[in-house]
Formats: sequence, structure tokens, C-alpha cells
Amino acid sequence: MIPLEWYLALSAALFCIGIYGVLSRRNAISILMGIELMLNAANINLVAFGRYLHPNQLTGQVFAVFVLTVAAAEAAVGLAIIISVYRNREQLNVDEIDLMKG
Amino acid sequence: MSDFLNTICRFTWLIPVLPLLAFGLILLTGRKGPGHGAYIGIAAISMSFVLSTLVAARTVIHAFGPGEFEPVMVQKLWVLVGSKPIFMGFAVDQLTAMMLVVVTTVAMLVQIYSTGYMHGDERYPRFFAYLSLFSAAMLSLVIADNLLLFFISWELVGLASYLLIGFWFARQSAMRAAKKAFIVTRVGDVGFFLGVLLIFAKTGELNFHKIFAAIPSLMNVTLWGVPVLPLAGLLLFMGAVGKSAQFPLHVWLPDAMEGPTPVSALIHAATMVAAGVYLVGRMYPVFAYAPHSVSLQTVAIIGAITAIFAATIALVQNDIKRVLAYSTISQLGYMMLGLGLGPAGFTAGLFHLMTHAFFKANMFLGSGSVIHGTGTQNMQEMGGLSKKMPWTYWTFFAGMLALAGVPGFAGFFSKDEILLEAYKNMPILFWVALAAAFLTAFYMTRLMALTFWGEPRSHEIHAHESPRNMTLPLVVLGVLSVCAGYVGWPGHNYFHHFIHFGETESEFSLFVMLLATGSGLLGIFAGWVIFVKKWIPSSLLREKMPIVYNLLVNKYYMDELYWAIVVVPLLWFTRVLAVFDQKIIDGIVNGVGYITLGFSIAYAWVDKHIIDGLVNLVGSSTERAGRTLRYAQTGVVQNYMLVVFLGVLVISLVYLFK
Repeated sequence: MIPLEWYLALSAALFCIGIYGVLSRRNAISILMGIELMLNAANINLVAFGRYLHPNQLTGQVFAVFVLTVAAAEAAVGLAIIISVYRNREQLNVDEIDLMKG
Repeated sequence: MSDFLNTICRFTWLIPVLPLLAFGLILLTGRKGPGHGAYIGIAAISMSFVLSTLVAARTVIHAFGPGEFEPVMVQKLWVLVGSKPIFMGFAVDQLTAMMLVVVTTVAMLVQIYSTGYMHGDERYPRFFAYLSLFSAAMLSLVIADNLLLFFISWELVGLASYLLIGFWFARQSAMRAAKKAFIVTRVGDVGFFLGVLLIFAKTGELNFHKIFAAIPSLMNVTLWGVPVLPLAGLLLFMGAVGKSAQFPLHVWLPDAMEGPTPVSALIHAATMVAAGVYLVGRMYPVFAYAPHSVSLQTVAIIGAITAIFAATIALVQNDIKRVLAYSTISQLGYMMLGLGLGPAGFTAGLFHLMTHAFFKANMFLGSGSVIHGTGTQNMQEMGGLSKKMPWTYWTFFAGMLALAGVPGFAGFFSKDEILLEAYKNMPILFWVALAAAFLTAFYMTRLMALTFWGEPRSHEIHAHESPRNMTLPLVVLGVLSVCAGYVGWPGHNYFHHFIHFGETESEFSLFVMLLATGSGLLGIFAGWVIFVKKWIPSSLLREKMPIVYNLLVNKYYMDELYWAIVVVPLLWFTRVLAVFDQKIIDGIVNGVGYITLGFSIAYAWVDKHIIDGLVNLVGSSTERAGRTLRYAQTGVVQNYMLVVFLGVLVISLVYLFK
């Protein structure tokens, strides 16, 4: 059986990739993709812990399903915002979208 | 009949209340009232007079009837002081009944007389209002059954006299006289009030009958080593000295002649000054706790001194009202002398109070009539008025004979009784009083000679008889001056049977009566020789003994003495106090002000610079913080995200390596 640490390492790696994407990409869609990666890293974590800590229960898996639902909703809202921004500004470069600058 | 009178007696309280209502009513209606207000006053006092007569009738019937005399007593709870109930009420015994009749009679006649005398006065209604107030106060004093009501009425009498003496307050002298009367009597009132407090403190009672009942238990009680009974008597007597113008507090009465003459008749002859005598009479058991007690002897001695003292001053006065004023003081001295001589003298003194009230009111009103007719008060300018003012003359003559003690007139009986008692109890005072009687007859003859007899001395004065409403009271009082004495006929003394203290009636003494009558007639004869026949020049005293003459004209320099020993030090003291007030009290007050001001200036600085500074600092630092922190607000989502990420990282690390 594959030990827990592997999953955790995979998850951490995915999370780091995701966060890197979120922080370094300029394109809003790429950022959204990074967020998806982070969410899925968390999902892996949840399932792994669920399997190892409570093998007879489906808590982790169910939680992962919730996260997926939230991620779907988030993607829908996020894409809607992105489309709206694109229609107004004709670009998606987050560096340029700084109307909220103090 | 008896039931009817008994019922009337339950309404004795109406006697003072009626004039009091009249007082209020006259003040409210003013000139619009009937008779410009005069009729209201006269109607009220007449009703009081009728009531008083009925009450007196009941008292007389009971006093002369079979069985023990029962005074009418009504009292109601007035106020609770702590757990001590204080009752207000009235009591009618013989003394009260006599005073009621005397006061209402004189007050009624004076009010009728005033409609003539005060005719055309600017403040005519006000005058009747004050007269009514005065009558109300005096009557409530008479019927009071406790010291508290007595004291309240006593002070109201003082107030009314102040208002009446100062009735013509536009005149400096009247204003001063009113103030003097008020302040001098106040000196006595302090003593009176202390006496009331002392009695209340020692017996716990204010009601006369209860106080008298408690007297035997006070025989050996002392206050700071002083026996209480004589002390209380002397304190009460102080009040009487002030009110009844006894030496040495007599100085206000002659000056009080500044008031309108009816006022002099009412207040300074018949009633107000009688209040002092009445006080001693009312509180007699306190004085007579023992025969020849200290307080009784003081009363007698002060009375005798006053009698002779005032009589000598009256010899040389030229103002007709002042002569009468000093004669009043002198006669009040007689009354006090009588009261001070023990139980039999008690009757004599009060008898003299009654007869004197009639004949002195008669003479005061007569002198008012003279002043009304001639327009002057100076006797040297009068003379020969008997033909021009016959009514005034004959009534005045009756009063003069009564005062001089000519047999058959009212004053003869009462004065004789006092002299008789003096002869038996204190022979020295008897000779003093006899001398005063001689002087009284002498100066009254002088007054008659200068005013009514002889030829007119001034051609500028066109005397005329006074109107009917002034002569009518004179006639009534003139008749009373003649008749009032017969109730006290020696041997068949109804007055003694009516008003007495104990049962002792003195035996008649022909020797004393002859001496008394002789001295009176001798005085009249001497006056006749000097002022009518002019066999001896009237300027003899002035030329031969200028020192004595000046002493008398200046009233023994009593006013000057008081001025020097009381008024001047008092003024000096007040000036010192004024300086103290201005420099020290005001200084302290101002100092407090300045210190407060200093504090507030300092505080204003603190407020402005420190408190405001702190508040501003909060504001400006917030602003500065905002100005600085706004650069963190890049508007770039990724920067925020980075911060969040780093924050979470830091928190996790801290959590991990804690």
C-alpha cells in the first residue's frame, strides 16, 4: 500500500504549483486554473486522510465532493467575472486591472 | 336666656375675626366700599361690641350667680410639635370679659370719631383698615387662652401700631416715631418671648390654666441657680414694660403722638398700652406665687417710678398731645403699681385700667377735636376755647376731673384703691404715688387753663366746634368718665366681686381717701393759682431753677442718653461690621472668585493644548497611518493573495515551532 506521506507530498506539490500559478500568472484564466489546482490538492489531502484515518467511513470522500461542488460554483462565478471584465476592459491582464488601488 | 348667652359664648372667636375680615374687605374695596370703607370697619367693630356685651353679660350673670364661676373655654388642636400637641383656643373669664367690653367700646367710638377727624385724608380707607387690624389683634390677644396666641396677637398689635403711628409716613418725624415705637417695644418683647420659652420649657404647657396649675410644682425649680418663677415673672414683665411704656422703655410713647389723634386715643391711651397691664394681670399667678414676691415688688417699684417720672415731665410740655402722652405713661405706672401690690392691688390696677381707658380715650379724642378745630397742637397758641367748642370743653373737663381724681368721677375710685393698697403694703411707694397724683392734677389744670380757659392768645386761630360724628363719641366717653367708677364703690365693690385674685378685699380707709382727694384738689388749686389767677408767675420754675426746668423739658435727657449709650455704639458697631463686611467678607468672596478665575485660565490652557492636542493627535495619527497604508492597497489581486499566503505561512510556522 502506498504510504500516506506520498499522497501528502503529491498534494503539497500540487498546492505549491497552484499557488505559484495564482501568484505569478498574469492571465486571469491561468489564475483560476491555479485555484482549481489548489482545491484539488486539498481534495487529495481529504481523501488520503479519510482513507487512512477512518477507512470505514466516507467522510473524506464526501467532503471532497463538497469541495468539487464549491469549485464548480467558483469556476462559474469566476468565469462570469472574467467575461464581464474582458467585455469592459478588452484584456485579462491582472496587473492592469488595478482600479481598486488605494 | 342663659342658654342663649352660653351659645353666644361659643362664638366668642368671632369678636376678633369680624374686624379682621373688615381689614381684608376694606383693603380689597378701598374707596369703592361703603363710606369709603369706614362703614365696613364700623359695622364689624359694632358687631364685635354687641357680641362682647353679650359675652360680658353671660360672665356677669355667672360671676354674681350662685356656685363657682366657670370660664368658657374652647380649644382645638393646632399643631403637633414632636409628640407635643399645641392647642389654639379662647377662654372667657371675668378679666377677658371686662377687656372685651373696654376695647370694643373704645375702638368703636374711635372709628366713628375718625370718620370726622380723618375726613378728606388721602388714604382714608387704609386708615380704617389699619384700625380694624389693630382691633382684631387686640381682641384676639384678650381672648387668647394660651401664651402662643397671646404672643402672636401681641406682635400683631405692635405691627398695627407701627402702621398707624407711621400713617403719615411722608413726615420724617412720623416715620421715625413709628420705627422707634416698633424697635423699643421689641426690646421688651425679647424678654417676653424668653419668658414664654422658659415657662414652656419648665411646664411643657402654653395654656394659661395648665400653666397656673403647674405653678406649685415650680416653686423650687431653678435654672442655672436662679429660681424659675421670679425669673419668668421678670421676663414677662419686660414685655409689659415695653408695651405699656414703663420706665425705662417709655421713650416711644410720647413720640408716637405723631400718629393721627384717633390712633393716639385707641393705641396709646385705651388699648395697646393696656396690653402690657393685661399681660401682667393675665399671668398674675406667675407673679403672685408668693406674697411680696420679687417679681411683684419689681412691678410695683417700676410702676411707681414711672408714675412720678412721667408726671414731672408732663408739667412742662407745651404740646397738648404730649402732656396727655406723659399722663398716660404716668397712669400706666399707677396700674403697674397697683398690680404689684398683691391680690387686692390686682383688682385696683385693673379697675384703673378700665376707668383710665374711658377717660383717657375721652381726653385724647377731645384733644383731637381741639387740634381739628384750631389746627395747632401747641397749647401756648390756644386759650379761651371753652366758648367756641362747648361740647369738646365739657367732655374734656369731665375727663380731666376723672384723671385728677376729683370725688365722684371715675378716676377717683380706681386711683383711691391703688393708693389704699400702696399705703397698706409699701408706704414709701404710697407717698411717691401721692406726689404723682398731686402733679397729675396740677398739670391737667395747667392744660385746661392754657387750652380752654382765659382769653384766646392767638388771633390767627379761628376755632370751631367739631362735627357731630366727632362730638358724639366724646359725649359717650364723657358720660363713661363720670359713671364708670361707681361699679367700684368702696364697701360695695361690685368690680372687686367681679375681678379678684383670692378673696381679700381691703378695708376702706378714710385717711387715705382724704389724703388722695386732698392731693388732687391741692394740685388743681395750685394750677388754678398759677395759670388762671396768675398770682404766682408760671415762669417761676424756669427762672429760679433752670437746671430742673431744662431737665424736665428735655425729658430727663432719656432720648439723648439712649442715643449716646445705645444708638451711637450700635451705629459704630454696624460701621465696624460694614467695614468688616466690605474688606474681609467681600475680600474672601472676591478671593474665591479670583482663585476660581485663575484655575479656569490654567485649565483652559490645559484643555486647549493637552486635551485638544491628544484628540488632534488621535485624528492626525489615524490620518497619517491611512496615508502610509494606502500604498499597500495596490489594487492588484495577486499582491493581496501573496500577502494572505505569506500570512498563513507565517502563522503556520509559528504554530509549528511554538
